[in-house]
Formats: sequence, C-alpha cells, structure tokens
Amino acid sequence: MSLGEYEKHWKSVVSQSVCDYFFEAQEKAADVENVPPVISTPHHYLISIYRDKLFFVSVIQTEVPPLFVIEFLHRVADTFQDYFGECSEAAIKDNVVIVYELLEEMLDNGFPLATESNILKELIKPPTILRSVVNSITGSSNVGDTLPTGQLSNIPWRRAGVKYTNNEAYFDVVEEIDAIIDKSGSTVFAEIQGVIDACIKLSGMPDLSLSFMNPRLLDDVSFHPCIRFKRWESERVLSFIPPDGNFRLISYRVSSQNLVAIPVYVKHSISFKENSSCGRFDITIGPKQNMGKTIEGITVTVHMPKVVLNMNLTPTQGSYTFDPVTKVLTWDVGKITPQKLPSLKGLVNLQSGAPKPEENPSLNIQFKIQQLAISGLKVNRLDMYGEKYKPFKGVKYVTKAGKFQVRT
Amino acid sequence: MSSNSFAYNEQSGGGEATELGQEATSTISPSGAFGLFSSDMKKNEDLKQMLESNKDSAKLDAMKRIVGMIAKGKNASELFPAVVKNVASKNIEIKKLVYVYLVRYAEEQQDLALLSISTFQRALKDPNQLIRASALRVLSSIRVPIIVPIMMLAIKEASADLSPYVRKNAAHAIQKLYSLDPEQKEMLIEIIEKLLKDKSTLVAGSVVMAFEEVCPDRIDLIHKNYRKLCNLLVDVEEWGQVVIIHMLTRYARTQFVSPWRQGDVLEDNEKDFYDSDEEQKEKADKRKRPYAMDPDHRLLIRNTKPLLQSRNAAVVMAVAQLYWHIAPKSEAGIISKSLVRLLRSSREVQYIVLQNIATMSIQRKGMFEPYLKSFYVRSTDATMIKILKLEILTNLANEANISTLLREFQTYVKSQDKQFAAATIQTIGRCATSITEVSDTCLNGLVCLLSNRDEIVVAESVVVIKKLLQMQPMQHGEIIKHMAKLLDSITVPVARASILWLIGENCERVPKIAPDVLRKTAKSFTSEDDLVKLQILNLGAKLYLTNSKQTKLLTQYILNLGKYDQNYDIRDRTRFIRQLIVPNEKSGALSKYAKKIFLAQKPAPLLESPFKDRDHFQLGTLSHTLNTKATGYLELSNWPEVAPDPSVRNVEVIELAKEWTPAGKAKKENPDKKFYSESEEEEDSSESSSDSESESGSESGEDEEDDRSGDSAEDSGESGSEPEAGKGRAATRSRARGRGDSKDVDKEKENSKTSESSSGESSSIEESSSDSESESESESESESRKVTKEKEKKTKQERNPLTKDVSLLDLDDFNLVSTPVALPTPALSPSLIADLEGLNLSATSSVISVSTPVFVPGKTHVLLHRMSGKGLAAHYFFPRQPCIFGDKMVSVQITLNNTTDQKIENIHVGGKKLPMGMQMHVFNPIESLEPAGSITVSMGIDFCDSTQTASFQLCTKDDCFSVNIQPPVGELLLPVAMSEKDFKKEQGMLSGMNETSTTIIAAPQNFASSVILQKIVNVANVGVVPSGQDNIHRYEELKFQAL
Repeated sequence: MSLGEYEKHWKSVVSQSVCDYFFEAQEKAADVENVPPVISTPHHYLISIYRDKLFFVSVIQTEVPPLFVIEFLHRVADTFQDYFGECSEAAIKDNVVIVYELLEEMLDNGFPLATESNILKELIKPPTILRSVVNSITGSSNVGDTLPTGQLSNIPWRRAGVKYTNNEAYFDVVEEIDAIIDKSGSTVFAEIQGVIDACIKLSGMPDLSLSFMNPRLLDDVSFHPCIRFKRWESERVLSFIPPDGNFRLISYRVSSQNLVAIPVYVKHSISFKENSSCGRFDITIGPKQNMGKTIEGITVTVHMPKVVLNMNLTPTQGSYTFDPVTKVLTWDVGKITPQKLPSLKGLVNLQSGAPKPEENPSLNIQFKIQQLAISGLKVNRLDMYGEKYKPFKGVKYVTKAGKFQVRT
Repeated sequence: MSSNSFAYNEQSGGGEATELGQEATSTISPSGAFGLFSSDMKKNEDLKQMLESNKDSAKLDAMKRIVGMIAKGKNASELFPAVVKNVASKNIEIKKLVYVYLVRYAEEQQDLALLSISTFQRALKDPNQLIRASALRVLSSIRVPIIVPIMMLAIKEASADLSPYVRKNAAHAIQKLYSLDPEQKEMLIEIIEKLLKDKSTLVAGSVVMAFEEVCPDRIDLIHKNYRKLCNLLVDVEEWGQVVIIHMLTRYARTQFVSPWRQGDVLEDNEKDFYDSDEEQKEKADKRKRPYAMDPDHRLLIRNTKPLLQSRNAAVVMAVAQLYWHIAPKSEAGIISKSLVRLLRSSREVQYIVLQNIATMSIQRKGMFEPYLKSFYVRSTDATMIKILKLEILTNLANEANISTLLREFQTYVKSQDKQFAAATIQTIGRCATSITEVSDTCLNGLVCLLSNRDEIVVAESVVVIKKLLQMQPMQHGEIIKHMAKLLDSITVPVARASILWLIGENCERVPKIAPDVLRKTAKSFTSEDDLVKLQILNLGAKLYLTNSKQTKLLTQYILNLGKYDQNYDIRDRTRFIRQLIVPNEKSGALSKYAKKIFLAQKPAPLLESPFKDRDHFQLGTLSHTLNTKATGYLELSNWPEVAPDPSVRNVEVIELAKEWTPAGKAKKENPDKKFYSESEEEEDSSESSSDSESESGSESGEDEEDDRSGDSAEDSGESGSEPEAGKGRAATRSRARGRGDSKDVDKEKENSKTSESSSGESSSIEESSSDSESESESESESESRKVTKEKEKKTKQERNPLTKDVSLLDLDDFNLVSTPVALPTPALSPSLIADLEGLNLSATSSVISVSTPVFVPGKTHVLLHRMSGKGLAAHYFFPRQPCIFGDKMVSVQITLNNTTDQKIENIHVGGKKLPMGMQMHVFNPIESLEPAGSITVSMGIDFCDSTQTASFQLCTKDDCFSVNIQPPVGELLLPVAMSEKDFKKEQGMLSGMNETSTTIIAAPQNFASSVILQKIVNVANVGVVPSGQDNIHRYEELKFQAL
C-alpha cells in the first residue's frame, strides 16, 4: 500500500516502481475523480480509492473481489479519521508509527483482522497530547497487551466494562433529498435517503429496542452488524446491543412510491449573448413545501463553463465567491425569509472571441431543515433491557439536501 | 564520533557501543534533533546507538524512526542486527515495531533473522493468547525457507489451540507458509481440513480463505462442513462472509442442478433470443424432468438473504452475485434493490457496482427497470460513472421508456463533459438500432447535432449516423449531401473518414457531389490524417469504377500521391488499388471483379454493449471488472446435468436422523403435515446445524410441493394407460380428519360403501374406513412423488420388504431407543366371534388384541430449539410402544441436548397446561447434563384421542421454557392383530357412519405392496391384516379408547 509516498508491505515485498503505473494513470485522467479504481499492470493489479485529497493504493497479486479491497481501504481511512481527527497527509505524516501499528492490526497477509474501531482502540490507544507526554516520561506505550474482549465474544463491536456516570442515548435521524429538477422546475427524479446515527454512552451491556411509528416507510435498509435481523423481519423493531460511542445504526431508503416533497424552488435565468463577451446571471430561491419549518444553511454551487472569465454579481443576502481558476461560483445564502426572497444577479464576463457555451450550468443546492424528517418517519419509543439504570434518551431530526441538482 | 562508528561496524554489536549509546541518548534529546546529521550513514549510526541503549524510551524512539524510514520506502536493512536484538524486549510497543521491521527485512537478511526464531518459539507457549497469536503471525510472516519445518510445527500446534483467536491466526499462517513453500501443500491441507471443522465464527472466514488459496479444487473437504458454514454465515465477521459466500457459490455450481427453468427464462427475452440449440434442448429436457431444489441449495439461498442488508458493500455484492449465479431467476430480483442502494456510497464502490449492474441488465432487463431513474446522470458524477450509468440506461431502454430516455439524453448531449456527450451520441445510435420505432427520431436528432458548435459532438454524430445509414440502406440522400457539406468545416479525422466512406458507398446516389468531394480532398490529400487518406483512396477507387469519365484523372493523381506517402500502409493500399482497378497487361483475373469487390454489400456493424460477454466471469470478481482473467481466478463451473450425491453433506453426528430421512420426508406428504407446519417454520429459521437433517427433510416438502404435484400428474398419465396394473385395494380405518387432510391435496372425493367419520375434533370413537376398490389410494400417490424424489433413498426403503405376510415384522432394531415389548396374541377364531357378537364395545377389545407396531418412523420433532432454549435443545418422537405409564397414554420420547459449554442442571418438567381431560406422566428430573451431552427420557401423555396440544414447561435450574407437543393423528392409534374376517366384520359394523373415500392414481412401479405399506405405516401406527388376495391390503388400528 502506498499513501502518496508511504508504503506498507504484507506478504513479500513489492517494488515501489509498481506505483509508476498508478501515477501514469493519474496523469492520463483529466482529474482525480477519473482515475480508474482498478488498474491492471503486467504482474499486479492496483486498486485505489481517493479520499480527502489522498489516494490509497493497494497492490493485488491475485483475484479478489474489488469491492473487498475498496471497502477495506475505506475502513482504513475511516480509522485514520477516527484516530487523528482528520485523514490528511499531515496527520499521517505525524503519526506514521501509529499508522503502521494500526495497519499491522487491521490486515494480516491480505486478510482483514480487526476493523472494528472499538477493538482497535483497545489494541492501540489513540494519540492525545496528555498521553504522549506521559508516555515519554514513563516509557509506557500506546499498545495494549491483552486481547480485546470484543475480539472473542459474539458481539465484537462492544467492549466489556463500559462505565458512565451519565447514561445517555442519542439518535440523529438524518434524511437527505436526492433530486434532479429540470429547466422548467419539474422533478425528474427525487428520492429520500436517510441514516440514523447514534451516540450511545451507556454503562454495562444495555439491550436496546427502537421502534417507529411508521416503519413501513423504510423500503430498503442496511444495518450495523449489531442489529438483530430477525426481529426486524418479524416485528419491524430495531433490537440491538449498541457499540460504545458514535456509530451509524442504519441507513435506509424511503420507498419510491411516496412522492417526495421538494422544500425549495429556484427561479433562474442565465443567458450568454452571441458574439458578445458578457452574459446575464439571475437566480432567486424560494421556499416550497417546507412543512412550516425554516430552511437554513442554503448554499448554491455552480460550475460555470470554461469560457467564463469573471462574474460581477450582487446578492440580496449572504455572500458569494467566484474562483476564476476552477470556475466555481459559491453563494452562501443562509436562511430564507419568505418576505424577501434571496437572489443573486449580475453580469458574466466571457472570454472574448470564444463561442458561447452550449449549455447553462447546473445549480447544486445545499440546505438544511431542523426538526423535520421529510419522509415523515418518526421514532415511536426506545426501550432498554438488561441494565437497571434509567438512561437519558433523545432523538433529533434533520433534513438536508443530498445530491440536489437544478438543471438550467 | 565517526571513527567510533567504523569500529562499531567492524565489531557489529560489541560491548563498547553500549556505553556510547547511553552517552548519545543522554546528550541528545530524542525528539528529532537527529535531523542535524545529514548523511544517512551517520544517522543510522545514531539509531544503532539508541537501540543499544538501556532505556526503553530511546529504543522506542529509534524504532519509531526506523519504521518511519520503512514507510517512506528508504532502505533500513543495515540496521538489522541492532534491531533484531530487541525482539525479546519487555516493552510491547518496541516488540511490535521490531516485528514490523523483521517482517519487512527478514527475507533479505535470512541468517540474521534466524536469531529471532527462538524468541517466537518461546512466545508461542505464552499463556496470553494475544502473544501466542502475534508470535505465530510474525513467525509465519518471516519469509525464510529454512524455518519451514518450525512454522509447520507451530501452525499444527496453533490449529489445536484452545483460543479461537490463535486458531484464526493459524489459518492465516497456512496461506503464508504455502506461498513460501508450496511443497508443504499436503500437510497444510490436513490442517485446513481440521480447521474447517471448527465451529467458531472467528475461524470460519480465515480458514475458507486458506482453502481458497491452497486447495480450491478440493471441494470434497467442504461437503461435511457445508451446512455448518451456511448456518454460521450470519455470525461470521463481514470479511469472512465475503470469502465464504464466493466459495459457496462455486460449490453450489458443482453440487446442485440448475434451478433455472423454462418458465423463468421467459423473463429474459434477450437470453432466449441468443440461446443456442443445444441449450434449448437442454431446457426441453429439464421440462420433462421436473426440478426439485436440493434442500441444501435452498439453505444457502435463504441464509444469505439477510446479508443483503449488510453495511459492507463487499458483502452485499457477494450475496448479489450468489443470487445471480445460483438462485432461481424469479428470486434473483431482490438483489437489485440492495445494489441500487450501494450507488449512494463512494465513487469507487459505485464504479464496481455499476459495472456489475451493466452486465446483469443486459441479460435480465426486468430486474432493474423499476430503478431506471436511479441511473440518471448528475453533472457532478465522475466521467467514468456517467458512462457506466449511460451504459445501463441503454440496456434498460425499451419501447415504453425510450421517449423519456431520449429526453434525458438530450440534456446529456449538451453536457460540458465532452467525452460524456460523445458517449451519449453513441448511446442514441444504439437505441436507434435496437428500438426500430424510434430510429427515425434518433436519426433526425443526430442530424440536428451535426450543426452543433462543438466539433467532438459533430464528429461523434457523423460516425454514428454513418453506422445507422449503413444499417438502413434506404434513400437518405439529403443527409449524405448535408454531410458532404460538413466536410469543409469538420477537422476530426474519424468524422472526415466516415463521411468519405459514406459518400463512396453511396456514390451512385449522389452522382454530382461525389466527384466534387473527391476533387476537394485530392487537393488536401497531403495534409490529411492517415485514416482520412485511406478513405480518400477508397472513394477514388469507387468513383473510378462507377464514374471513370469524370474521375479517372483525379483518381490517378491521388494514387500517385499515395504511392510516395510516408506511411507504408497507404503506399500498400495504393499499390493494391492500382493493380485492381487500372487495367493493364499484368493485372490478373481479379480486376474483372473490382466493382464487385469494392461496392459489395457490406454487413452493417453491430452496435453492442461492451458488457455483452462479461457474464462468463463470476460477477463481483476482479476478472469481471477487468474483463480479462486475473491471476488466480477460479472458474465458475456450469451446472451439472445430474446432481452429485447429496448425502455427502450429511454429518455423522446425527446418524440416527440420517438413517430415517426417507421416513421423515415421506411423512411430510401426509395428514400430519398441517399440524407441524408451525414447528417446521421454526426449524427453518433456526441456525442449528445439528438438526439440519430433519430440517432438510421438512423443507423439501414445502418448497417442492408445486413441482411434485406436477410430477404426480405426469404419473397419472402413465398409469392411465395401464389401468389394470394400477389396481389395488386398500382399506383403512383411520380418523376422518386425517383422511380429509390428505384428500385436500387430491381434490377428488367419492363415497364408497363402508366408511364413516365423525366431526373432526371430538374425542369419541372416530373410525372411518375408506375402501376404494380398484382405485389407487392416496398413499400410493404420495408414494409416487417420493420415489421420483430420491432414488437412492428409495432403494434403501425397498430393502425393507414389508409384505402383508410379515405383518409382525419387527422393525424396532432400526430404532435405537425403542425396544419391542409385546408379541402378538393370536386372533380369536371366527367361531368365537359369533358368540361375542352381542357384546358391547368393551368386549370388542378382547377380540382385537394389540400388536407391535409394524414400523417406527424416525422422524423427530423439535420441542425446544437450542436458540430459544439458551443452549438446551429438545426433540421428541413417537416410539409407538404401548405406554408403560398408563393404557390410554401415548408414549413420547424426548431427547435433550446440551449445546452450551456449561453444565445444565436440574432439567425437569414445570407447570403443565393441559386441556380438559388430558393427562401427562412426566419424566424424572435430570440432575445435570454435561456440555455436548445428550440424554433420552420418556413420557406418557393421554391426548384424549384429540389432536389438542399438550403444553408444559421444560425447566432448568435457571430458566423455564414453554414447550408443547401436538400429536399427529396417526400416532394416537394402536395397531391390533386380527384376521381378515374379523376386519370385514368390524368394518361392517361401522357402516352407516360418515365416510370419505378417494381415488388415487399411482404409477405401477409404485404400487408394490411393500411401498404402500411403508407409506401408510409412516403416517399412522397401524397393523396389517393378512389377506387372501394379493392385490388387496388392509390396515387396521384401534385407538386407545376402543380398548
């Protein structure tokens, strides 16, 4: 594996030169997004992922399901994120030794060993400033010397002996609207994808069950391994012994039969004049089907055509930036107040002499609605068994824009 | 300092360096001050000194820096001696870093690496399992051939370790040793075989991985573990799941017959279309021979289904490919939803999943049609994702959705991503050829694109239009003229070449334009691309042949230019054309046919998906992604014509159940089926491997019901042609309810002379006897179903020659738990019967004496499943013995198993909840049951001749579990011995009551008396009446009540 310039070998050592094939492919691709994830070289296969501006490349010698490798590399990146707070080149550079120790525990001879963050954290403690000071004085280490209990039990995701003074269980129901809206404002495609993220800080071995008012809404669900599939199949109840800390409980898709409410609309008029070096740009955003909640955190991102040199705009609200190199226009709108709809108007400067752009750019919109799950999903109750104390429970709903695109 | 370092080098670890090391660490703080030393040489010297130091912190720091060097790909091998000395360090972090170093460089420094071996050997005996495991991990990672025997020994020992974690590491070590020394294969296979038997979910994934790497062809090792693996699958860690599922997919393709039937294929019309004759024939064969899915095949399909919900994309994909390759086509549909879900994840996952969907969508459009819109392209998608989505959209296009799709494509064509726009144009071309209704619309749309400002778009359109026109050689003069005009502006070589070719092909349709085009291109010949030059030559040749008057000189000019071209292909072509078209004395016979050669009808190109032939690779594999065979790819074999022996998967532990599988299966068809359906469902969902035997029996009954009813219909046809042979007579006195149930299946009812039945549930004397003369019986039908099902089992059955003459045949020795008790008492003489005629019912009992059961079916029923019983499992069955606890009681034997690893203490029957009148004699409390132990106890229950459930609690020291027993009707009966006369008399006395009878048609070969007998005694505890006629069989039984 090589991280830009870092490498770790399992099995016998593969020469670094194999990476040249990858760099070659990287050069050939127009942008990083288009570097093929699977590259074949004369003796090896390179499978890579691109995340947080880093490439994680693994060298494969024999047949293996590519998703197996891709999923594992993502887990590695997740683990780095978890340990160092960010998955960046600097973080990896600063923590090379921990990275090595982690990789050593995560993979043995090409087969993943421990990928659960709970187990890893027992084996290798995440770096903190305090601990590194203590360690340098006492000479003690970050590495645990006993086998994590989870590794052997049939609930590997939870460690034994968890203790909290305040026992809390929080659930965030986050729904994202993926949509494509066409020129005329009608919906080409829309669906709701949701996740329930949990933050569980409960002592002992709590056994939770979470039920919904309307579980039938959930069309397709993927579960954290802790969830008992059979309970869900028979009763539509999520029953589980949770991991400790933050984790994603389920992700789901709302059945496509339901019509998706689109909370915002965009009025747009973008035009480029023939044989002239300027164009007009005018967009207005308004609320629509927002269930009486405020829409906030609105951002509009537009990838302008290459011929655009600069933009001269006036927003009625928020601020905008235009990067003349990447040609990306970002308008940070903020909240919508129905009395005065936010708009962004102005002139577009084009490269003189170049033909006018064929197509108007698509608008990518981000927004957020607090206290609302747009699908109408509602948690009914959360029960805890197996422990005596009374936990503090909370559920939060948020709706966001996912891949929300308006064609103009 | 430098002189010192030289000395150190020579001594390689002398004592004096230790002092120096201490000095060095005391003077220089270990935090990166070493950056001052610029040369690597000196730097390493410091590291060496630090490693020699007494302080762990210094050593640790040195090791950290060394690891940093390794990570950057710098060579740190010269530090080997200094590092390896620390292998026995007490500090676990230092130790681990030394391990990292050792594994990296041992191959290069073999001799020195040997120094560390003894440390690992010691660690392998450590009481801490983590240390044992990591010692094995590192030892096996040291790629030094000389230690192979040591590794072998270590692996052998570790594979028998008590800790599953260590065993898991042993499984990993197997692969490492194998890659180091393939000679060890045989020994390693032995260890794999042993580890495959391991019941720990921790080990399962790793050992299957080792199996796949070392001996993927030894499929025989899997047989015995197949069911266990299927059942463990849900609990194995996700990475193991992927490996096991892939392996089981291959296994299933070698062991089961194809579940893809004629009816299923109708769905994928595409496939039908391209099927070879051979395949068609194969299908026809299949239709004749009704398909019954092997229960093990079903087990795999069912147990993998929940994993579609996994958060791990690799697991979902693995299940999807399993369903694709081995599930019936009608069931594979469920995977599409999960695959579409994966499209939300990262770019790389999308890429792989889309590729697989593309392959699937070619063959089975219907699967993904409902998700059409999920494949719509966003402007923010990466180009490769866009193109894959486009590919899928094209595959899904049909008459119904094409107009929506074309509208969508219009947006794509205008995309700023020109590569994508070009791909869209190709797509439109493909849609135009595949869906004839829209081909004109598409063509018009493409023509409009010719006036697009972007050259790439125009060029691509030209190329596609060329292909379309070639496919429809109609009059498209206008389009050709338009394209000829384009030649002035367009510069993309492919497009220019396409236009020239098109004009050349159609030169007779555009007689005025073609020569002019040639004139223009002749002018620009020298500056054209090679591709275009070749087409100019072609155009010239074609015009020379059709219109030599106008173009002779021009063509010759071009040929002259071509003769001196820099590219030898063009020179070659020029020479060839000149010889062919310009007549001279040397030109051979060919030139006469020049026109035919050049202006021949050319077959239209087929616009095909690049994913067309990918399905011969197993989906989800690297080979599928690359579309070439990757190293180590294991072919997915074709379905076998005939399934290999399914009994190889039986596991010895449940020998008893195995022996009686036929009985269990036969029973399914019979009246009691209904009563047990609930408990069977429980069994189905269970994960227990111990009762998989009985499970498979019950399953087959449920799943294949449909198939076999078809089968029996076929049999009826046969027997219809030979009605004589199908004659038989069977008389049964049995409970009406039971009869009725079996007849539900048969749907044929017919009254006959002497049978009666009273309303179902009541506990009065319900004796019905149905006498269907000269007709086949229901039993025989179900028999016929069974026979087709498993030949092998049938032969076993036939080895028990149960004829009417041996009605007393003692079959009890088949049954390990029951022992024969009573011997038959001779029936009373007919003369006596007359005297007794006036007696009441109780007197009748003296006439009819109880006999031993003819047959004891081994079918056991689940009383308490091990999952619900916290490890305590209980099964019960009816031994068909007179109950020792009371006359009216039915004896029930209960087998208790302890599947936990602890003793279960004080097992007893707790509270009873019995319906009115029911009584139960419980077994004596069992003090304790050892782990994996099993004990059989007997109970007596008086069911009051009803099929009501006896509920009671089975208690252990800590828990109580509610269980219940519901008897099948047949078990409430008691066989008696009587003569044929007595039987007829009894039968006569019962006439006038309700009766039901039916006609059953059976194949003659199923009509052997032994077969029918076997069938009947399976269902009910009855005896056989000796009969004077060969083709008449009578069965009788009396219930307890009657006694």
